[in-house]
Parts: sequence; structure tokens; C-alpha cells
Amino acid sequence: MVPSSGQNSWVAVIGLETHVQLGTDSKIFTAASTAFGDTPNTHVDPVVFGLPGTLPVLNCKVLEYACKAGLAINCSIATHSKFDRKQYFYPDLPKNYQISQYDEPIATDGWIEIEVIDKDGQSCTRRIGIERLHLEEDAGKLVHGGADQLAGSTHSLVDYNRAGVALAEIVSRPDLRSGREAAEYAAELRRIMRYLGVSDGNMQEGSLRCDVNISVRPDEDAPFGVKVELKNMNSFSAIQKACDYEIARQTKAIRAGEAILQETRLWDEATQRTRSMRSKEGSSDYRYFPEPDLGPIEVSAEQREAWRAELPELPAARRHRYVDVHGLSAYDARVLTDDKPMADYFEAAISAEVDGRTVDAKAVANWLMGDISAHLNANKLSVNALPLGPGGLAELVALIQGGRISGKIAKEILPELLAQGGTPGAIVERRGLAMITDPDLIEAIVAELLAAHPEEVALFRGGKNKLQGFFVGQLMKKTGGKADPRLANQILSRRLRG
Amino acid sequence: MAIAAWRRRLLAREISAVELCELFLGRIRHSDEQVRAFLNVTGDQALAAARAVDDRLAAGERLPPLAGMPLAIKDNLCTRGVRTTCASRMLETFVPPYESTVTGRLWESGAVLLGKTNLDEFAMGSSTETSAFGASCNPWNSDCVPGGSSGGSAAAVAAGQCIAALGSDTGGSIRQPAAFCGVVGLKPTYGRVSRWGLVAFASSLDQVGPLTRSVEDAAELLNVIAGPDPRDGTCLDTPVPDYTQGLDRDLTGLRVGLIRNCLEQGLDPAIAASVSRAADQLAALGCDIVEVDCPRFGDGIATYYVIAPSEASANLARYDGVKYGLRVEAGDGCTVMTARTRAEGFGAEVQRRILIGTYALSAGYVDAFYRKAQQVRTLIRRDFDVAFEQADVLLTPTSPTTAFRAGERADDPLAMYLADLLTIPANLAGLPAISIPCGFDTAGLPIGLQLIGNVLDEQRLLNVAHVYEQKAQVMARCPLAPLVSSNDPV
Amino acid sequence: MSRITPADVRKVAQLARLDLPEERIATYSDQLETILDYVAHLQAVDTEGVPPTTRAVEVVNVTRADRVSPTQVREELLDLAPLREGDFIRVPRIIVS
Repeated sequence: MVPSSGQNSWVAVIGLETHVQLGTDSKIFTAASTAFGDTPNTHVDPVVFGLPGTLPVLNCKVLEYACKAGLAINCSIATHSKFDRKQYFYPDLPKNYQISQYDEPIATDGWIEIEVIDKDGQSCTRRIGIERLHLEEDAGKLVHGGADQLAGSTHSLVDYNRAGVALAEIVSRPDLRSGREAAEYAAELRRIMRYLGVSDGNMQEGSLRCDVNISVRPDEDAPFGVKVELKNMNSFSAIQKACDYEIARQTKAIRAGEAILQETRLWDEATQRTRSMRSKEGSSDYRYFPEPDLGPIEVSAEQREAWRAELPELPAARRHRYVDVHGLSAYDARVLTDDKPMADYFEAAISAEVDGRTVDAKAVANWLMGDISAHLNANKLSVNALPLGPGGLAELVALIQGGRISGKIAKEILPELLAQGGTPGAIVERRGLAMITDPDLIEAIVAELLAAHPEEVALFRGGKNKLQGFFVGQLMKKTGGKADPRLANQILSRRLRG
Repeated sequence: MAIAAWRRRLLAREISAVELCELFLGRIRHSDEQVRAFLNVTGDQALAAARAVDDRLAAGERLPPLAGMPLAIKDNLCTRGVRTTCASRMLETFVPPYESTVTGRLWESGAVLLGKTNLDEFAMGSSTETSAFGASCNPWNSDCVPGGSSGGSAAAVAAGQCIAALGSDTGGSIRQPAAFCGVVGLKPTYGRVSRWGLVAFASSLDQVGPLTRSVEDAAELLNVIAGPDPRDGTCLDTPVPDYTQGLDRDLTGLRVGLIRNCLEQGLDPAIAASVSRAADQLAALGCDIVEVDCPRFGDGIATYYVIAPSEASANLARYDGVKYGLRVEAGDGCTVMTARTRAEGFGAEVQRRILIGTYALSAGYVDAFYRKAQQVRTLIRRDFDVAFEQADVLLTPTSPTTAFRAGERADDPLAMYLADLLTIPANLAGLPAISIPCGFDTAGLPIGLQLIGNVLDEQRLLNVAHVYEQKAQVMARCPLAPLVSSNDPV
Repeated sequence: MSRITPADVRKVAQLARLDLPEERIATYSDQLETILDYVAHLQAVDTEGVPPTTRAVEVVNVTRADRVSPTQVREELLDLAPLREGDFIRVPRIIVS
């Protein structure tokens, strides 16, 4: 329900602050588990509760993940960084300060490349600047009693399971210009984090949370407008819709002569609108100061390069390679690389040798993006859990390319392969599905068909060429679809013409 | 009597651990109505622990070094299952589900917990008068304060209610009460002792240390409590030497530095005389007395009273009525509940420091106050670096005055703060420092001298203090006060 | 240099979540002014180019291994809460102004 602005919208300026939960086993500063979804207040200990006398000690895996994430988004890793206390009172924050990084973040000045594909399949890549990546601890969760949200609640219940889970906050530069780009930026960040294996990026569970800063201005050269913060989007499409809604809302307001308030607005999924949360409480004063309980972090060039060497190939690089080396379309490359296990499967399949040769990448891509993806989605499976391995898929494609089975037969045996695995060749053998490529055999069947359908033969010869399809159908029916279609057409053409 | 002497008697079966424990519990019963050193006496637990020591002794086990030694612990160190209040209404009923590292190490070494001692609320004060549960008295004169914030521990040791005690020192909170009560108080190098389980006041300054009747006993306790701790990331990863070794080493050639211009403001003449006499005695023991400059020494208080309250304002934010401690159910909503809880749960001194710290960190003031103080802190540290090129240890009085009368400074916070002038710089620079008795004023109240050492130079500090102590025999000539038990009462 | 008014104290008290009665605010204003006035002597110290000190004895890169160690004291922790409700801690309603 995007409000109409009457004319074309103004130009948007968008920046994202993305909180990525790092997938370590234990919390950032203590040995409690980070597991999601357990009984409230299970993954707690005296440190999580902020008990008097408890102290934080940094999880070394958190540091490694943060540095790898920083390197993956092309940031400089700080040779010296430190933690600070950010102070504000809220019952989900056990110490009433959050250990964060203020003026010396672990990583700064990076960028990522995003690719937006329009309706015609044209891809357009843009480089989005990253201002910083810093570490901090997550807060707990509040369940509001007497209402399903904060407003109208009679009391709240506190659960500290999430409190103290490591977060990397990634702050983009205001380089995004549309809801589409904002959503794609978030999606690309998630892809990168997943490729790195540093986060599951699950938005529903809150492992990836995006806040948007958005303003509009009449044109690209105008100064930035008053920015509004958007929260509560828990999908990429929600990010896109919230931005689009907000662009239209702000544009309309300004055109109507209203001022834009600097405020936080919540995206409401039910009404598909943003609504004002509150005017900022007299601009919060977080009273940052260096965390005395934690010494500084110094990352040596050696350590940094060792971590860099461990980085996997990242999604953007893969997309380029799939297009440049394997000849896929930009769209296909993007779909395949969206999920790392899928891309890995693809790569294993196209590098598997069948009879000493590799198979066609485009064909493998089509199978993966078509029937196999449909199967995975329908059964909510990961490609890793598929009984059909990449070698099996390669063999299937080879059988088609080598003319041993038709595409139709391949589709026929696919369900068995997907459900039980096994080798395509053996299934073809066992079920007698190999293509009939013997011309004599096909000649004989064609002769029978022509004899059985004299009227159709006459009509064909009278100029109704389309009837060849009828004969192909009859032929396939008779052979259970196994006749070599090319050969069958050849022979039929010849015999029908008489 | 020293720990080593009690240990010998215990091992020789001249006394059992239970008898030893009962002796001290008896003294607490006898004198604590007047001294009020303890907030909580854990008699039954103490006797059970003592019995366990006796059982081990009877079974012929080799006992750890502090086996059967009855100790008192400042009530800002968390003791599992034993109420830990920080002398605050906020934590009046707080029973920690975990043990501080230092106390855990004491119990592993066989020591016996007699009880938890009084302090200024959250260790903020210099007299124990800010305790929510009433002030302690100085055993030498019950009209006087025992000093603070570890006043309860100092008074308990001085009154002979325990063999030794632990305190904590953020700006002098071990050394000043040690001086006021005529006992030994050691603040180790920042990071020498774990802070896990020490309720934080100012995290970058807090250190736990012993209050004892002799330097040797301080070394005994430091041996047990010092050393790396994986639960405190600021604890130093340096091996712990045996601090009881080398206490007698000859001092010839050792350079003792007197800090120029640090003794001028409001120094009691008796203290000046006493400390100067101590310097003469050290010279007689072969030390070279040199003068050193620490031009920013005097800026310590101003620096401290920005940094400590700033850190405290964050450290004390956790007391919000949500997770533990006091909750005042009042008004409507969580914010009001927290604000009322903190208004009623904290005493005036704690509130004052929270306000100062919040102010010093707030937008518009953080550079002028907090950032500036951090920079001056660097200058103070650098002064010491230079001083330690010229001297091996530094000598100052511990406090500009002896124990003052209760109530005297209660309404003048700044006057109370200024009394920390001489102890604060060691905290700011992270240096080890010890206070030992060096004489008495005209009223018969003890005077303490302070020795400051270089980073991790506790051994040398203890060596100088011990040799001086043995030579000067200050306590042997003490005008005995009614509440102080004589040294060997058995 | 610092004139501390009751309004200043009220503002700071709000930041620090202290609901102070008026007479306390008045007392604290005077005391804070005295203390901050004393502390303001630091302004006279030349600190041009001097780095700040957070910890006097510095430690660098202190970390722990990423190992989970489930708590043995969950019940004790929850029982510390002034108002426990099952697996939760209960607090009064949160009012957003």
C-alpha cells in the first residue's frame, strides 16, 4: 500500500546497519551456549546475568570470524582496536551497558559489489561502500505480557538466552538508492557471511537484522534530507517494501509542505506500512568510554594474512566465473551461487568426469535450477542431503548428451534418483529405458503405424504437415518414449512423404 | 602471632584448628559489639571447615599452607552461598552463586572463613561511615573511624578478631585503613591478583590485597591469591614467585626515593616526623635515601575523582531491580521501578559518585573531564617511570592524618576525598604499594608509612617493608588500646 | 568553571536512573559543584599530544577458546530475581515515552 506521491518519487539515499550474529558455539564473553530456541534463560551464567564481580573474556573465535568477515567485505583490519561501554538502561541489557566498539572498530573502509538484475535479465553491478564493522554483544529478549506487543502490555518477561551472543555490526555508507538495492545489499551480505561460515544469517531467528537509514532529496546533487530509521523488517522483501513505502511517504510529505521528522519507524508487515515508534528521547547520550575489563586487540599482519588465506571464494567472484568461464547467464549464475552448498554441488557436478569427459555446465545448471530445486523446495531439503550426488547428476547429463536416453526419460528416472540415489546408468539398464537407436527397429514400427492409420497418411500427403506430430506421439507411445526422437523424426519424414 | 607461628603450633598439635577457630570466634563475640568490624559472622561454617582441617591432620594428610587459618573477608568479595552485601541496601540479601577467585584460592589453601567485614558502601569512602549497616570503629579509639573502605577488615585484624583479612584497594582502601588501624596493608600491582568475584567499583583501579599483622603474613596471603586467572582478562600472565622468600635480604645500596613536594599539604607534624624517622632508619640499614620528582603526583586526586566515578557509574548501572538485589515496586512502569530502586537502594556517597561519573561521561563534558583525566593519568604514570630510574622504592606517609573522629568529615565529601592524596597515585599507575606501621601520634593513634614499588616488584617491596618492620619494632612499643588484643593471647 | 544547577543534576540523575527527591537534588548540586570545581584544576595541565591511559598495566589479545560450559546454577540465578515467573524474570510494563 504505497502512498501515491502524485508524480515521480524523489531520489532516495539509503544506508544499512546490519547486525550479524556470529555462529560461535559460546557467547562473545563467556562460555554459555549460543543455541537458539531453547527454554528461556537456559543459556545463562553469572556473566550473562551481569552479576556483581563477573568479568568478560573475549572468545577467540569471535575475533577470527569478525576479521574474516571484515576481509571478505574488503575492509582494512585495525592493527589496534578496543572495546567500549555503550550505556543505556533497558531490562533486556543485563549490565545496562553494552560492550561494543566505539571509535576503534575492528574493521573499516570496505565495500561489496551488488548485482541487481532487471526484468529483462540485464544485470547491473554496483559497489556499495562499507564504513565499518565492529563487534558487540547482543541483548536478551522481552516477551510482553497482556498484549502481543509492547504497546498495551501489562508487564514484560525477560529471557537472557540471546544476551551476550556475538554480533558483528556492519555499517554501510549511504550509497544505496532504492529498496531493491537495499534488499540486494542485505542479501549479498548474508551470502558473504554464509560463504564464510561465520553466520547462518537466519532472519526469522534474528541472526541477521537490518536497520535502514533513509532520506529523500529532489535530485542526485541536492543535499541529504532528514533521515528516518526503519526497523522491524525480517525479510529482504520487507526491506525493499519498507524502503519503497518510505520513499513514497517522505516524497509525498515534502511535496505537501510537511517536514520529515528524524525518528525511528517500524515496518508493520500486516499493514505493509511504516509507523512512528517514538520521537528519539531527547537524542540518547550513550556515555561511551573504554571498557576497562578488556585489553585491546592487536591483529598482526601475519595473522591477518593467515586469515585472508583461509577465505573461500566469495559469491561475487563465483558469479563472475560462472558467466566468464562456464558461459552461464548472469541470472543463472546468481541463482546458483545464492546458496553455497548449491554452488558447491554445481561445481562438483561440472568437474566430475564421465567416461573421461566433463559434461555441459549449462545443462547441469538447468537441472539444478529446475527439477532438482523444485524437489528440494517441495521437501524442504538441503542439496547436501540429496541421495543423488553431483557425480550422479553429471552421469545423467552425460547419458542425455551421449544419446543413451532422452530428456524425457531422464525426467522419468529423476524422482528415483532424488529419492534413493543410485547411478543413472544402472537404473536405465534395469528399467530397460535405453533409447531405441536401431533404425531397422524404428522402420518396422513406423511401417506398422502407417499401415494402421491410412487416413492420416493420406491427409499428411495432402499437405497437412502438422500430422507428423501425431505420428511421433504414436511412435513414442508404442516405444514407451524410448525411441531416439531425432532418428524417429527422420524416418517418419521419409516414410510419410512416401 | 604470625601465620607461620600458628601453623607450627597446629602441626605440632599444640592447638587444633577448631580451637584456633573458637579462639577467634570468641574474640569476635567479645569485641565486635564495639568494633563492629563484621557484617556477618559465619561461625558454624567456620567450625565445620576447621573440623575438616583437623580430620585431615588426624589422617596424616599433608596440609596446604593456610590450613586452619581463620580469615575475614571484605564484604565486596563474592563468597558462594554466603551473603555478599557490599554494605549496601541494594545487595542486602544477595547470596552469590559463585566464589571469587581470591577467596576460592584461600579455601583451597585450607583457610577458614570467619565472616564478612564492613566497608564503605560499594567501597566508596575512606571511613566505613558510608556503610548502609553502620560504621565500624577504630580499635585504638572507638570515637575514631578505622579508615576505609576496607575499614572492617583492618579493624578486625587490629582487634585480633582474625589472623588476617582481605580488602580491596581502588584509591587507598587497603592502605589507609591499615595505617589508621596499625596493621600491614598491601595493594598489589594492577593485574597481579584476579578481580573475578570482586564487586567492581572502578575496574581499572580495583585490586584485592591482604591486611595482616606482619609483612611476612602479607607475603603468605599474596602467595596464595596472586597469579593468572582465565576468568579475568586483565590479570597478568606472570608466574608467582614465593613472596615469603628473601624477606630478610640485606638492604645495602637500595635506593629509597622521597617524593619532593608531596608532603606539604595539611600533613600532620607527628606523621612528618615519624616518616622522616623511618627514612633515617632505612638509611641506617644501608639504604640510599634520594629525592625524586613526581610533578603530577598532586593531580592524582582530581584525576581519580573523574576516572573512578566514571567507571563506577557504568559498573553500578546493573543494579536496576530486575535480576537480583533490591526492587522497589513503586509507581508505574519499569523505568520508574528502576529509578526508585536506585534512589532507595544506594546511599548518598554512591549516588554522588554515580552523578559525578555520569556527568563526566555525558555529551559535551567527556573531553573536558574523562578524556583529560585519562591523559593526566598517563603523565602521572610517566612521572613514576622517571622516579623509578632514580629509586628502587618510593617512601611516603600513607595518609596525611591519623584516624579522624567519626562524623568529622561526613558532610564534606571533598575533604574526605583529599585524604586519599598519597595513596591514589599508585592506583592510577597500577603500582604495588604497602602501608606498614611506623609510629604513633600524640593521641596514641597509629601512623602508617607507604612504600611504592615498580610494576610487579612486590618482592622488593615486601623485603624493604619486612626489614624495616623487624628493625623498627613499632608495634612492640605500642601504647596498647583497650580493643586491641595483645599479640599472643593463648 | 562549572556552575552546577539543580536542573543539571536532574538531567544527570535521569541519565543515571535515579529518582531523587528535590532536597537531595539541591544538596547534590552544591556538592557536585564543589567537587567538579576542584576536579576542573586538571584543565590547567598541558596534555597536548599525550595519549590516554585506560589501564596502567596493559594486557593485549587476551582471549578464551570457543568452548561451551553449561551453567550449574541456572535455578540459583533465576531465584535471585526479585520477581521470577517460571523460566522468566518479570518486570513492570515498559512505557515508551
